[in-house]
Amino acid sequence: MADSERARTASRRDVLKIAGALAAGCAAPSIAVGPAAATPADVQAAVARVIGDARLNAGKVKLDIPPLVENGNTVPCTVTVESPMTAADHVKAIHVFAEQNPQPYVVSVALGPRAGRASISTRIRLRDTQNVLAVAELSDGTFWSDRANVIVTIGACLEDVL
Amino acid sequence: MARALINAPARARRGEVIEIKTLISHVMESGFRFTTRGEAVPRDIITAFTAAWNGEEIFRAQLYPGIAANPFITFHTVATESGTIELTWTGDNGFSATERIGITVE
Repeated sequence: MADSERARTASRRDVLKIAGALAAGCAAPSIAVGPAAATPADVQAAVARVIGDARLNAGKVKLDIPPLVENGNTVPCTVTVESPMTAADHVKAIHVFAEQNPQPYVVSVALGPRAGRASISTRIRLRDTQNVLAVAELSDGTFWSDRANVIVTIGACLEDVL
Repeated sequence: MARALINAPARARRGEVIEIKTLISHVMESGFRFTTRGEAVPRDIITAFTAAWNGEEIFRAQLYPGIAANPFITFHTVATESGTIELTWTGDNGFSATERIGITVE
């Protein structure tokens, strides 16, 4: 009787020990998950790769993005540039950067007078609350930008893959 | 073949600016995620999207992991002549998808 009682207690203790180890094992990677954000230097380097030595002016570009999003996995984003889109004066390219994503470069598009209107829409991922930067390159070689702050409740790249 | 949805007008007036909306099913695995066992999930994304009107390129986009799954891209173009608009997506692991839509310009 006493032996069997001891055996039962021991097994329950073992079970708890295993359960504890399992829980710790599961929790550890979830804490480690979540890639680091780009540093301001990374962002500057990414922007510099696009604009080179040129000056980044504010204006002309309109970045339309919700100021508060629940889910960073899909954030609708529209970039519109004021431009007549003629052969002499048009938008050559539009670039979007997310300053706190693991990789700040989000999308880049090439446009021309054939586009008729310099406006694109897409859905982007945001890792965390951050600034989003839209840069437009005009045919005269100048660069224009717009920046918007987005508050993200649940960021992208946080969920585990089983 | 990945499933793609395209929304574009079937007919347009010459010189009119039309809007083309595209959506394609794709996981857009960023390469920044890990399994519960701590292994990195390799990147698998669409890297480029192009649109050609009767063979002439009208739009090109380079996509990065910061684009949401099932990439949705909207762009504009000037309707010039009747014909076909060819949309091509290419990406990692040899991914390639092409969709063609007809348009009548009068």
